[in-house]
Amino acid sequence: MDAQHALADLTEISSQIRAAVVFDDKGKVAGSTLPDGEAFARAAADLLAAAEELKPGQSPLTQLEVATADGSVFVVRQDEATMAAITGPNPTVGLVFYDLKSALRSVKPAKPKPPPRKRPAAPGSKKTSAAKKATAKKPTPRRKKPDAS
Amino acid sequence: MRRSAALLVGALGGMLAGAAFIRRQTAHRERADLYFEDGSMLSLTDGSPGADRLLPLARRIIGEARSR
Repeated sequence: MDAQHALADLTEISSQIRAAVVFDDKGKVAGSTLPDGEAFARAAADLLAAAEELKPGQSPLTQLEVATADGSVFVVRQDEATMAAITGPNPTVGLVFYDLKSALRSVKPAKPKPPPRKRPAAPGSKKTSAAKKATAKKPTPRRKKPDAS
Repeated sequence: MRRSAALLVGALGGMLAGAAFIRRQTAHRERADLYFEDGSMLSLTDGSPGADRLLPLARRIIGEARSR
């Protein structure tokens, strides 16, 4: 499922989520419910970076919720993909995290371009198969020892 | 007998009202909850040094999202 489709499903399932964005660790936006997804992703990445600086141990930050009087901001990170969402005040925190993680899991990672396929051998170019044949060792027939008589 | 029952009911009512007030105050408090891969969690309430950095960023995100 692509990110935009996953976000559409998410906002349909969860009435608490007002806006959401999916972006990668380089800040590239894969999908957004807002027209200016780039700015939303940048602000969420800033929030994540500020939170990372506060971590007490070595364990990486996987998710966060910042609750304000006007609403909450949620950020969930899995591998290279990150999803940020905004809810109204006093959301059901566990449910929102569950929905965000499910949506993020359903987003397919962007596949790198496959290498170009090798062209099938032209009819005239039997060189390769001939060379293969040449290299393939044929079992040498055993010679019968001449009779001692 | 009636007096002690009234006292008991009054005390219970006061306790319930106090609990509801504390719960309401806690629910509306601004905070930041950070969850880490090892299962640990850090909760920063409004006024703590960490929350002072995160809360303005979150307010800005919510404000910008509303304006769009």
